[in-house]
Parts: sequence; structure tokens; C-alpha cells
Amino acid sequence: MPRLIELADGQARWADDAFVNVTDEDAIPETGDVILSLTRFEAEGDGLLSSNSRRVGVRVESDQEIEVLAYDLPRIAVVALAFPKFRDGRAYTSARLLRERFKYEGQIRAVGDVLQEQAGFMVRCGFDAFEPNDGATPEAWTKAASRFRHVYQRAIDDKPVAFEERAS
Amino acid sequence: MYQYDLIDKEFLADRSAEFRGQVARRLAGELTEDQFKPLRLMNGLYLQLHAYMLRVAIPYGSLNAAQARRLAEIARDYDKGYGHFTTRQNIQFNWIKLKDAPEILDKLAEVDLHAIQTSGNCIRNTTSDPYAGATAEEVDDPRVWAEVIRQWSTLHPEFSYLPRKFKIAITASAKDRTAAKVHDIGLLMRQGRDGQLGFEVIVGGGQGRTPYVGPTIKQFLPTDRLLSYLEAVLRVYNRHGRRDNIYKARIKILVAALGAEEFGRQVEQEWAKIDAARADLPAAEYARIRAAFAATPFETLPARSEAFELAKTKDSAFARFVRNNVKAHKQPGYAIVEVSLKAADQTPGDASAHQLEVVADLAERYGFNDLRVTHVQNLVLPHIKLDDLPTVFATLQAAGLATANIDLISDIIACPGLDYCALANARAIPIAQDIARQFADPDRAETIGELKIKISGCINACGHHHVAHIGILGVDKKGEEFYQLSLGGSGAEDAAIGKILGPALPADRVATAVDQLVGAYLNVRADGERFLDTYRRVGLEPFKEAVYAQAD
Repeated sequence: MPRLIELADGQARWADDAFVNVTDEDAIPETGDVILSLTRFEAEGDGLLSSNSRRVGVRVESDQEIEVLAYDLPRIAVVALAFPKFRDGRAYTSARLLRERFKYEGQIRAVGDVLQEQAGFMVRCGFDAFEPNDGATPEAWTKAASRFRHVYQRAIDDKPVAFEERAS
Repeated sequence: MYQYDLIDKEFLADRSAEFRGQVARRLAGELTEDQFKPLRLMNGLYLQLHAYMLRVAIPYGSLNAAQARRLAEIARDYDKGYGHFTTRQNIQFNWIKLKDAPEILDKLAEVDLHAIQTSGNCIRNTTSDPYAGATAEEVDDPRVWAEVIRQWSTLHPEFSYLPRKFKIAITASAKDRTAAKVHDIGLLMRQGRDGQLGFEVIVGGGQGRTPYVGPTIKQFLPTDRLLSYLEAVLRVYNRHGRRDNIYKARIKILVAALGAEEFGRQVEQEWAKIDAARADLPAAEYARIRAAFAATPFETLPARSEAFELAKTKDSAFARFVRNNVKAHKQPGYAIVEVSLKAADQTPGDASAHQLEVVADLAERYGFNDLRVTHVQNLVLPHIKLDDLPTVFATLQAAGLATANIDLISDIIACPGLDYCALANARAIPIAQDIARQFADPDRAETIGELKIKISGCINACGHHHVAHIGILGVDKKGEEFYQLSLGGSGAEDAAIGKILGPALPADRVATAVDQLVGAYLNVRADGERFLDTYRRVGLEPFKEAVYAQAD
């Protein structure tokens, strides 16, 4: 089974990935957890979700807006946000809105050109699972994500902001 | 001045440690140059024509003496003895060795300086008024808001991989010394009729290959809503700015494509969804930051200083310096002193280690330990007693820092150009020096009056040529350096993009052409008109004729 890095309680660990990434050309397997493209989910997601027999995830590309998922979010187990290049920062906004605006509690997975140098930003925006593209280990990921003792702005993590530390 | 507390200091230490690790991995061959490039850029380290260049942030252009001395030390120990101030109030060191970079960042961090976000597609250092806290014109101290933005934008998790770089300028005076209208966001502080403070928000100005004077998208934003509104603007840009073409990725292209009204509507829509209680700062933090910029402890002095008046009558060089470089202060008995880095034969914006130390000493001894950098690449001692001005002048003069040319024809902005920069098509520095030589007579320069010349070595326009009274753009014509002149631009409150005068000229024709333009201006100017005013009244034709007529 393929592995990915999952983050829980500030610790990154290897975890088995139970989800199968189904491309738009593939047939959806009979059983098992799947991640579909947003386009495919919009066409076939309802049927899969109502069968209630497996978990369903959606892969959202960086030029797609997560708002279209708003209605289905409570039933979606994973939102995989794609980084076509590490420089493409749109998924940070998508992740933050999922957590902050839509109160999404499922897994937000970073896929694509995912590098350990971005770990801190990703964690702060609400990502909690990662498919690193640079061979990063969970140890490296934890280290990269916790490099800074202080933060200057509110985000999704529960780190106290500098002004809150000052006031306390 | 804002003093870094333990939190700010630990933040810089963590950043320094992170970069030290990255450089070690690069030097050990664990990272390729391709992988390392984005990491070094986020720490202000560029690979230029001859060496690495390190750009150090000077937050809103404000320095104390210890910081200026440390910059001098770095210039001396790691560079060739000088630093170069940029058009965004930062400083660049042009001859840095990669292995030294972590040590330099550590030394900077010791005096609360850093290179965070001086490069990369993120929110850069905020430009602010170098006269902040000293000019009577301002409705508030813009440094308070610049510091609010500094903290909020530092390693912002959502906005560190924007489509392109993002620059904010803020001014609280009617006279704009920040080029706010050609920034990605320009914040102009206003006082409402009820006395409430707010910002006029301009979005989508810019230079480069598609210059725009930015449109106003919000007339009055209450100050305490600043951060939530910035968040809305940045979010709309992060999601919808173009990422397919680096030349169309700045926010100005998005604003122009949507139209200012539609862009503003999208921002309002996003803003309405943001939870203000989470996004805007609590009042206590605003108050804490404001207290850090508490009023300077000025003495109560008479408005007139006998020592100052006497020195003016006895020393004509001092009198000239006062006419051009000394500006009105809000406090009686004090003055704002501009220190020109544009002496003849100098590289515009360069300061030697010794000069930095001289200015640091003056700031400490006579100027409340306060020193500023201007976007015009000069320095400012914002609070000098009139009584002390003759001594300060003499000290500056001895260090080659008393050139009396602020806003005059030889106060030229120039980018590093082909002498240093990997992007340039042509040199900028020698052209600036040619022009300074052509107008070396200070009486003539004063007769000509305010004339802003700005030179860029390529279309990226780091030398602000689009917003110059006379703009000069270096172009490459079959391997030869040529220069295209434009007239009538302005980066100030009367912002405008200049118009191209005619065919590009070879390097040895540029200074003469400027002389011909000045001749045409002096022929037709009305009383009290600046070059820019005359141009706006008479148009391009008389100037075109002056430069090109004989050549035909």
C-alpha cells in the first residue's frame, strides 16, 4: 500500500494510504476508498456517496474553486489540493477557506509538487496530509513545519500569534 | 522607533538557522542550484553577473545608528567597501560569497535586520514616507501602519507564493514621497470630516513593461480594518492573478483586465466574508505599536536659530545646502536634512562603509538615533536642530556627503544596470554620471530647478524611468547600448506615465540631449514652472524638436 505523511498533534508520521487515485480515464473500482477529480466527482460523486459503503475524496486542481464543493463537504473524506508547481500558491487559499469558511473537518491533502520547505505554510493553512515530491521523511517534515517558534498572523493552526503572546 | 522584542528577535534567529541549514545542504551538494534558487531568493540572495547580491530589508526605510554601522561593517568585511540603496528603501551588497551569507544574516539579526521577503513572489518590504514623524504635513505617523503590515506579511502562510511579487507603499502626507500610485497597493492616509483616520486604497499601479498609475478602489478604509481589507485584496489576487505568463502576473494586469470597478467589487465581496474579529488586530496591539513610535523628545526651541542664520550668511556652500537639502520640520528649531548619495562621479545610491558610519554618528549625536532611506536613493537625518546644522553640514562635507542637489537635475535615480545586473540590456550608472558632469555647475542646476531624471537599464524599470520628468531607458540594438527618452512622468502625488520622445539615442548623445531638453524648457517656461509643469503646458513637440531637429 502506498504511504503518505499524516500530521496529528504536531507530529508527522508515515501512514498507509487507503485511497486509490482514480484518473478520469480509469473505471471506478468496485470497492474501496477512492479520490476522484472534481469533474468526475460532479458527474458521479452523488451515486458513490449515497451507497455509503466507502469513503470518497476529491482532487481539486489549483485553478478550480473549492466553493463548488460546499454542499458536499460534510460527506467528503479527503480534499486533495494540487500543487502543479511549488510556486503555484492557490491551494493555500483553498485549504484555508475549507477550514475557516466551510469548517471542513476531513483530511486536506497536499499533492503534486510538494516540498518540505513549504511544510510550515501548508500546516498553517490547514493541510494535514502530504505526498512529498522531494523524498522528505516525516522527521524532516516535522522539523520543517516547526522551525519557527513564533508566528505573526492568525491562520488555521492553534499557534498563538505574536500579539497574543505579548498580551499574555 | 519600533524596538524588536524577544519574539521578533527569536523569529530572526530561527530564520537565520533555517537558511544556514539550506546553505550547508547546497554547499554539500545535497541541493541542486535549481532547488536552492527559491530558498536563497526568499532570503534576498540573487545570483548576478559577477557574484551573489544580497538585498537587506530596511523596513519602511528606517534605521538606527547601530544598524547603519552594522551595514558599514558588512560592506567592509564581506563586500568591496560599499552598499547600494535601492528605490524601495532597501540596501544591496553586490559582491557577496555564498559561504558568507549565513554569517552575514546572523550579524544582521543581531541588530534586528534581515533579508526576509526582499525577493520572491511574496509581499515585499513596505515603502513609507522618509519624513514620517518629522513633517507637519502628515495626518498620522505612517510607520505605525507600515509596522502593522510588516508583522502581518512576514512569512504569511497564504500569501507567500503569489502569482508575482507584491509591493505596498504608504504615505500620510499630501506630498507623496513613496511613489504610492505606482505600487501594487498604495495606501494614502486621509482624515475624514469627523476626524476619523482612514486610507484611500489604490490597487494595480506599477511600472515594468506595462506601466499604470493605479486606480482607487476604495475611497476611505477605516484604519482598524486595514488587515482584513489587505487580506481580501491579496486573496482575490492569489486566486485570480495570471500564473501562465510572468509578464502578465502582477496585480495591475488583473485590475486592468477586470476594470477597477469590478476588481473593487470582488474585493468587497470577499471582504464581507472575512471574520473581522480574527483578521483585524486587537486595539491593544495597535496601541502597543503606536507607542513604539511615540513622539520624539524634542526640546522647546525658538523657531529662529542665530547660529544657523549666521552660518548661512558667512558660508555660501552652507546656504546652498540649506536651500536644497534642508526641509521644514514640524517642531520649531529643528529641520529635516537630506543627505545626497548623488555626488558627481558617484554611483547613484552607493554609500561607502565610512560614509555610513559618518551618518550613523551624526544620527546618534545630533538626530535622536534616527536615520531614513528614501526611494530616491538618498538618506535623511529627520530631526536635526537648526543650531547643530552648521556642524552637521561640515561633517557631511568632509565625508563627501554634502552635495546640495536634492530634486535637482543631478539627483538621478539609476538602477545598477549592466554593470551588475543579469537582466539589464544597457548600463545606467555611466549615463547618470555623464548627466551629472554635464550639469556640474550648481548655480545652473538651481536655475533649472526641480527636475527628476530616472534611468533604467532594461524594461523592468527598476530605475523608475516611466515616472520621471525625463526618463531614460536602456535598450539593446544589435549589441549596442541605446537609450530611449521619455518626458512628463511623475511618481509623486501628481503621478503620470511619461511619453516616449522619439528614436533611441546612442550613449554618447544622452547627456547632450538632456541639455537640449533643458534648453527648450528654459526658453519657454513661465514664472515658477517646474520642467514638468512646462511640459504639461506645452506638450512634447518643442522638446522633440530640440533634440531631433538638427539630426534630420
